[in-house]
Amino acid sequence: MNQPVDAFLATPPQTATATTTVGASPPHESARLHVAGRAPYIDDLPELAGTLHGAFGLSPVPHGRLRAIDLARLRAQPGVVAVLTAADVPGENNCGPLVHDDPIFAADALTYRGQPVFLVVAQTREQARRAASMAAAVLDIEALPARMTALEGHAAGDHVVPPMHLARGDAAAALAAAPHRLQGRFSLGGQEQFYLEGQIACALPQENDALLVHSSTQHPSEMQQLIAHALGWPSHRVQVVCRRMGGAFGGKESQSAVFACAAALAAQRLQRPVKLRPDRDDDFLITGRRHGFEFRYDVGFDDHGRVLGVEIDMISNSGHSADLSAPVMSRALCHFDNAYWLPDVAMHGYSARTNTQSNTAFRGFGGPQGAMAIEVILDRIARTLGRDALAVRQANFYGVGERDVTPYEQRVEDNVIHPLVEQLAREGRYAERRAEIAAYNAASPVLKKGLALTPVKFGISFNVAHLNQAGALVHVYTDGSVLVNHGGTEMGQGLNTKVAQVVAQELGLPLAQVRVTATDTQKVANTSATAASTGSDLNGKAAQNAARQIRDRLATLAAEKLGGAASEVDFSAGRVRSGERSIGFGELVQLAYLARVQLWSDGYYATPGLHWDRQRLKGRPFFYYAYGGALSEVLLDTLTGEWKLLRADVLHDVGRSLNPALDIGQVEGAFVQGMGWLTMEELVWQPADGSRRSGELLTHAPSTYKIPTANDCPASLSVRLFDNHNGADSIHRSKAVGEPPLLLPFSVFFALKDAVSAAGGHRSEPPLRAPATSEALLDAIDAVRAAP
Amino acid sequence: MPMPVDLPAPRPIRFFHQGAIREITDASPTRSVLDWLREDARCTGTKEGCNEGDCGACTVIVAELAGRAEATGTDSARAAVVGPLLLRTVNACLRFLPTLDGKALLTVEDLSPPGAGTLHPVQQALVDHHGSQCGFCTPGFVMSLTATYEHRQAQAGGRCPPRAELADALAGNLCRCTGYRPILEAGERMFELPVQRLDTAPIAAALHMLSGDPALHYAPAGHPTTFHAPRSVQALATLHAAAPDAQLMAGSTDIGLWVNKQFRRFDTLIATGEVAELQRIECVGHDDGSHTLRLGAAASLEDAWSALAARLPSLNDVWRRFASPPVRHAGTLGGNIANGSPIGDGAPVLMALDATVLLQHGERQRRVPLDRFYLGYMKNERQPGEFLRTLEVPLPAPDSASRRTLVRAWKVSKRHDSDISALLGAVLLVLDTTDPVAPVVAEVRISFGGMAATVCRAPQAEAALRGRSWDEAGVRRAMAALHADYQPMSDLRASARYRQRVAANLLWRLWLESRPDGALPAEQLIVWHGEAGRQVVTAD
Repeated sequence: MNQPVDAFLATPPQTATATTTVGASPPHESARLHVAGRAPYIDDLPELAGTLHGAFGLSPVPHGRLRAIDLARLRAQPGVVAVLTAADVPGENNCGPLVHDDPIFAADALTYRGQPVFLVVAQTREQARRAASMAAAVLDIEALPARMTALEGHAAGDHVVPPMHLARGDAAAALAAAPHRLQGRFSLGGQEQFYLEGQIACALPQENDALLVHSSTQHPSEMQQLIAHALGWPSHRVQVVCRRMGGAFGGKESQSAVFACAAALAAQRLQRPVKLRPDRDDDFLITGRRHGFEFRYDVGFDDHGRVLGVEIDMISNSGHSADLSAPVMSRALCHFDNAYWLPDVAMHGYSARTNTQSNTAFRGFGGPQGAMAIEVILDRIARTLGRDALAVRQANFYGVGERDVTPYEQRVEDNVIHPLVEQLAREGRYAERRAEIAAYNAASPVLKKGLALTPVKFGISFNVAHLNQAGALVHVYTDGSVLVNHGGTEMGQGLNTKVAQVVAQELGLPLAQVRVTATDTQKVANTSATAASTGSDLNGKAAQNAARQIRDRLATLAAEKLGGAASEVDFSAGRVRSGERSIGFGELVQLAYLARVQLWSDGYYATPGLHWDRQRLKGRPFFYYAYGGALSEVLLDTLTGEWKLLRADVLHDVGRSLNPALDIGQVEGAFVQGMGWLTMEELVWQPADGSRRSGELLTHAPSTYKIPTANDCPASLSVRLFDNHNGADSIHRSKAVGEPPLLLPFSVFFALKDAVSAAGGHRSEPPLRAPATSEALLDAIDAVRAAP
Repeated sequence: MPMPVDLPAPRPIRFFHQGAIREITDASPTRSVLDWLREDARCTGTKEGCNEGDCGACTVIVAELAGRAEATGTDSARAAVVGPLLLRTVNACLRFLPTLDGKALLTVEDLSPPGAGTLHPVQQALVDHHGSQCGFCTPGFVMSLTATYEHRQAQAGGRCPPRAELADALAGNLCRCTGYRPILEAGERMFELPVQRLDTAPIAAALHMLSGDPALHYAPAGHPTTFHAPRSVQALATLHAAAPDAQLMAGSTDIGLWVNKQFRRFDTLIATGEVAELQRIECVGHDDGSHTLRLGAAASLEDAWSALAARLPSLNDVWRRFASPPVRHAGTLGGNIANGSPIGDGAPVLMALDATVLLQHGERQRRVPLDRFYLGYMKNERQPGEFLRTLEVPLPAPDSASRRTLVRAWKVSKRHDSDISALLGAVLLVLDTTDPVAPVVAEVRISFGGMAATVCRAPQAEAALRGRSWDEAGVRRAMAALHADYQPMSDLRASARYRQRVAANLLWRLWLESRPDGALPAEQLIVWHGEAGRQVVTAD
């Protein structure tokens, strides 16, 4: 037997269309590998002989004091090689990114259910998991009362960072003087990242007391630093590499650290390769997610629905430690304005401590939460006044040349929200469809339709100026092939594709001649996280800077050889031209090598003009703004709360797109992801009731935590890019696209609210919470129908 | 465990993979196909995303000889036939290696071998339409789309299915990056590329050869578990009677979780999947003109629901939303009933239809009405050594001038697809329509899942309707009576209050669509009615 056969026949080769030009849409650089199953993720790398496997033992209580661990019992389990605890950390037992309040291993205080307490290292992964699952039996714990909700933490005055206040003018006076005034509350749930590739790290001892760590992380430099600190080492002994992630969405910005650090500690201790890949349930139980927020607001407005004054409390569920809760809150405060001029405003941000996983970055990073609050307020103002919600939104838009300063004192200089929303409303037939829906609802006793158009304005840059820097390394080899390395990480967003396009464009080469390699702390040092949508902006510019240096040197040589001025030399289609004469890029490179011209270069970029006063929350935190709008129509069943998105139209501003296909992919993906957040993705914790499951995250796997599936993507989803360019000098005048479109599905939530409102004859404000699950919708339907 | 019966001699597991027959002699009987692929065969194209059958990153295709599967006689099985083979997607993480015995395993690595230089049309379409971003879920989507591609080439002349059907086929594959639109587009456009078909001949030849192997008895040294895959009901009955504590295993969509998540171990596993008679689905006529649908306990969820929905089209919606295609291909209706979860979707429907469970112990058989089968939370009538043989479902008589039957089942869950129900309601309502403007409830059976510790009927609501006129007052009484029939729990899926309200509203929905005067059509009652490829049945 054993006759190999090709199970599937091959077709004749097809020619792929590749182009060098920025602005074209070549597929993701790994697309062919993805579809063939030949794109290696960390767990796919061949294991070195002797590789051991780790599994965390987790706290079985949400709050308690650790008295003892029965280590002997753990060590006696089959296959167990070692058990590490806090006592085994030679350096600092911390993996918190900003505040050092996040232990790698809980030492004395257990502060959430699921917190890592020890690491079992065993011959096989199953043996490690099996032993680690005995945590409840081997930990001697004094259980303590726990707080599970943000409001409890806030009421107790327990915050992970000091409260923040961002104000302009005199909100109290404006409220008192306003013709209309409303107060209210809104509850907004958190969201699990659910990257398809779970957290993973694999640490390999290297010569002379060093480590190579493969980490699925958005922030290799931070992993390097935290591992070095945990080991008490200088950073140059730790190399962190990440070729690609199977998704991240913010969840691997800071919270990849506990896995990277523990794997590194074990590998160094045992001097053997150690892989740490938590089961999906443990991933949910250990790591945090998007912060849920509670809002309390007080708003004053005029007869047109224009906001005159507003005061808001934002209370986030930060979890047990600070993690990134402070910058998440500052971004929430800086996005409360969304696209609107708020003349007198007072915002108060409270990052409440709870005995849950530490909440962290997730696409939008507080921006969606802050902007959602003002949209809830404007929606209610419109309903209260009996005005069209879009008209009220438009009446509040930032002006152009006036009414254009944000509460944090940055002027909005690139405002395109007026024409963008007008185009979307016109092409999406907003007014006509509103009338059609009113007629439908009048004739439909059970099912109700709803419609909403919501805008987006999103600030681009890290809110902290110094993070806005990047480096790159470009090598041109003597055969003319090009290798690019940069500090950004590839998590599916297509960053490497865009950077390769930028370099190919700069050197006038076909894209296939440029290869981008794994992110590696030994190549580009001191990088920022690939986050805040800045990946292409920063790394594209850094790579362009590196390529341009090489190009300039080659241009000088070409001018010498071909005649003409170096500044006039043209690089395109694989040839270098000066005047009437030209030479192949490869030939020129050969000549340059022989002439001892440096054919590689580093590149560097720092975003200009940014400053930020962290105390006053004022300054110019953003290089520019990205804009967008979405128009959604839903159909709602008033008997069950079941619903369906019938149609969504999106118009989004990416400036002058580097790669329209990748950008549309980001917009669509963010739309469906954000829709999941606001509708079906519900996090449920068992109350801290002293029961067996006290404080447990009950939605801890895809069986219980439901992200959208293909049937949730509407049959009619139209995404178009707004015709624009970036006024700021960004990479080829493009705009960042990772996070802003996450706000587009606000329109789905408000369309649902509109349908609920219709069920009650638009007589009262639907008390709809987010996520708007079928149950939340039915609650709101009952409320509007019961209203007087 | 000693077995005082004649057993086939222990032998290796044998299956077809990457052009060769693999022989497995030393893997644990509960080793998952996924772990074997990734760790033993070093085929890492198939990914682990959740290890519980919910994300689809580990989707693979299992091929069997079509002849045996055709014995189910269902439309779903016929639609899955490709030449001499029956191809179906399954989750590799929930599948134990011994259950591949005698079958072929196809993974993403089979589509475009290294060095081939070209991609399969499914893969090329995904590249062309930007269907991958992070790429981690992609091999799973590739396999689900490949199954669709092959089925449509074989059964539909290579025509693209409606988009909604594509989305249904992908209900078990999660993607967090793309929002699905480009994947669905690739699924439509893959049919426009030059055709590339699976070469079924060498696979079929290998499977024919493997079919000569004796029934699998797998007892690898160094592992505590012994695995049996009997092929006849008699062998199964004898084995299980001799080892009443053995764990019976059908599709392992639940047992897979016990192993993957709870580390449970078994002395003896007896798989029902190879017992041909337990796959059989047949419709039996009786002297009085009535019919009974007999569903073998090991018929897959896909085939059993296909047989039910072919006769009762109003069950299509629950079928489509019952788990995901890979889980329906592996899981069985018998397993779903025997497992007896209070939120299982099979039991409420079968209970409303007055199904009977045929149990067997050794040679002894007994019948238990399904509505008396469940004794308490996760407890049922099945005794040690006993197994489910057949589910017998009496089919409602055709409508006549004086008699109209409505069968309805409604699934309510947080997510439309592949979600555990918050509640699932099923109703059989027989109306005496002798006076068409004043129908009378001749018979009614109401059953709910998710409303109590077991799936159970609603006796008080039924009593409020039975023998009385089918009118609004009666429906209101029944809705109120549901509160006495059920005291549901609050949990992560829904609150008790929501379950109560929706259960009552579902009866109201039934009234609205069936009231003698002013009945509402489906498009005014069901939000997903009217999409391409969607038929939600209401007014019969």
